[in-house]
Amino acid sequence: MARIIVVTSGKGGVGKTTTSAAIAMGLAKRGHKTAVIDFDVGLRNLDLIMGCERRVVYDFINVINGEASLNQALIRDKHCDQLYILPASQTRDKDALTQEGVGKVLEELSKDFQYVVCDSPAGIERGAHLAMYFADDAFVVTNPEVSSVRDSDRMLGLLSSKSRRAERNEEPIKEYLLLSRYAPDRVKLGDMLSVDDVQDILSLHLLGVIPESKSVLTASNSGVPVILDEKSDAGQAYGDIVARYLGEDRPHRFIDEKKGLFAKLFGG
Amino acid sequence: MSLLDYFRITKTSSASLAKERLQILVAHERSSRHQPSYLPQLQKELLEVIKKYVNVDQESISFNFEQDETQETLELNIVLPDHPAKNL
Repeated sequence: MARIIVVTSGKGGVGKTTTSAAIAMGLAKRGHKTAVIDFDVGLRNLDLIMGCERRVVYDFINVINGEASLNQALIRDKHCDQLYILPASQTRDKDALTQEGVGKVLEELSKDFQYVVCDSPAGIERGAHLAMYFADDAFVVTNPEVSSVRDSDRMLGLLSSKSRRAERNEEPIKEYLLLSRYAPDRVKLGDMLSVDDVQDILSLHLLGVIPESKSVLTASNSGVPVILDEKSDAGQAYGDIVARYLGEDRPHRFIDEKKGLFAKLFGG
Repeated sequence: MSLLDYFRITKTSSASLAKERLQILVAHERSSRHQPSYLPQLQKELLEVIKKYVNVDQESISFNFEQDETQETLELNIVLPDHPAKNL
């Protein structure tokens, strides 16, 4: 049985697809057979972030409608043979996703895969709802910014009431906080909500902090998940997150300011 | 304490303002999340009935719905004006 992870946030542009690509790659690199699914029907982008946009033949909707088999639609990643991508449809609209269809695809994937990562679209409409409906774990990606925190709280409400686990009165979805685009220097100046502030408000288990990093744009430019850039801070942050999720005990990093030579001299 | 600290401006930071606003908002939104769906309609109809007999404005009436493990409480608070009765 696969563990189904939804990467969600409510708000757009906080880093859901970057995170989905990174953690799916991280899990696969550690030897777990992983599939990552783009639920953003009509506005697919996961293929681009994963660098497989030119290899898309069939998509998620084709599989749901029986126009292609799952094996035909799954794209094997070129960096890691344990990782497969199921792209969203670019031409159909979101109504093409049905609960029954998504359920069947996830069930079939569950037989063969250890982890299925569902990259949720922004908003709270059908695509977002179905991305989280079947989940076992939820990675709530939040920016230290008021609208993102508020939307994350709204998603937490939906996760606890509108999921299959909630409807069946099963053990609730495990929720984790991933705080992204974090800038310790701005936190220190009092211009940005701190990790503690966000945790006080959302009361979530912190899986990791991803610092604001140039490497995220560089990675998406080249279509390589940022976790493969092991020298970069964001890449290392995602590496830690995957390790912690798998039960490793790793101290949190990237919360405090990096000290430059100037600050060291002046003891800032 | 470094030399640089002396030059840092001390004012209420925008982050603490953000936190305060979020805490209030999130608490409010969480409480309304668990309300029964008929509550807004009930509230509206109760208000209409009260207004039929008493001269009160919207601000003098407050509704509060609370829920704990054993019971749900709907609290309705009306501040009556000096000359409450309407001439019916």
